[in-house]
Amino acid sequence: MSAQGLSVPRFLAVLAAGALFGFGLAISTMVQPEVVLSFLRFQDFGLMLVMGGAVGVTLLAYKLAPRLLTRPLLGGSFHAHPSAWNRDTAVGAALFGVGWGLCGVCPGPAIAGLGTGNWTLLWALGGIALGALVQGLRAR
Amino acid sequence: MNLTLSLFPLGWQHYLLGGLLIGCAVALLFVLTGLIGGMSTVFSSTWSFVVRRPFFQQARFTDSRSWRLVYALGLILGALVWWLGFADGAPQSTSVPVWQLLAGGFLVGYGARLGNGCTSGHGICGLGSLQWPSLLAVLTFMGTAFLTANIVARWLA
Repeated sequence: MSAQGLSVPRFLAVLAAGALFGFGLAISTMVQPEVVLSFLRFQDFGLMLVMGGAVGVTLLAYKLAPRLLTRPLLGGSFHAHPSAWNRDTAVGAALFGVGWGLCGVCPGPAIAGLGTGNWTLLWALGGIALGALVQGLRAR
Repeated sequence: MNLTLSLFPLGWQHYLLGGLLIGCAVALLFVLTGLIGGMSTVFSSTWSFVVRRPFFQQARFTDSRSWRLVYALGLILGALVWWLGFADGAPQSTSVPVWQLLAGGFLVGYGARLGNGCTSGHGICGLGSLQWPSLLAVLTFMGTAFLTANIVARWLA
C-alpha cells in the first residue's frame, strides 16, 4: 500500500471511521438500491432518518471540535468542506439526482455494498468510476 | 402508530441507528484527523494513480488519494462485519436492471464530481457545516431524483 504521508495512527483512524460508516450504511439498509428507490418513490421515509441522524451528529462535531481542541487529536488541522453555488454545482447536482433516481446507488453504498456480497453493485461502481473519469477528462 | 407504519413500513429504528453511526464515523474522522469524510472524491483521486492529465494531478487529489482509498477500504470492511456478524450472511443481490445501475452510476459519478459532492459530501458534510450552497445542491439532486425515480417506476412498471 502506498501510504506516503499516512502514519500508522492516521491509517488506523481513517480505516476505523470508514468501517463505522460502512457498518452504518449496511445496518440502515442504504446499501440496498431497492430501499433508496422506495424512498424516492415516497413509499418509505427511512432515508430521512438516516440523513437526519448523520447530519445531527456531524453538525455537533464540526461545531464543537474546533472550539474544544486546538488541533485534531492525531495532529494536522481541521479542514472545511468547500462548497460554492455556481453553474457546475447546479448542473452536477441535477445530473447526480437523475442518476441516483435511476439506479438507487450513490458513491458510499456503491463501495460499502461490496462488503455485503452484492456483486451486482459492481456495475454501479464501474459506472461511477467511469463518470468521474469522463468528468475529469472533459474538465480543463 | 398507523402514521409510523405508513411512513416506515419496514420499521424506523435501524434507519435512525444507522444514521447516527454514520454521523459518528464522520465525527470520528474529523476529531482524530481533521479530514472531511465525503465519499465521491475517491472516484477522482484514485484515477490520479494512472491518469497523467493535469486535472487528475491536482494536489487536492494526489495529496488525499491514500487516505481516501483507506477510507473506502474501511467502508467495505464495516459492511462486511455487519453482513457476517449481524445479518444472515447470505449474499445480497439487487433486482435493479444492470443497464440502470451502469447508466445511473455513470451520471452519479459525473454529476457528483462536477457538482463537487454527493449524498455524503453535500448531504452530510455540507449540511453538517451549515453551507447553504450544499443545501441548494441537496434540494436540487433530491428534486431530480424524485422525478426520475417516479417516472422510471411508471414507465417500466
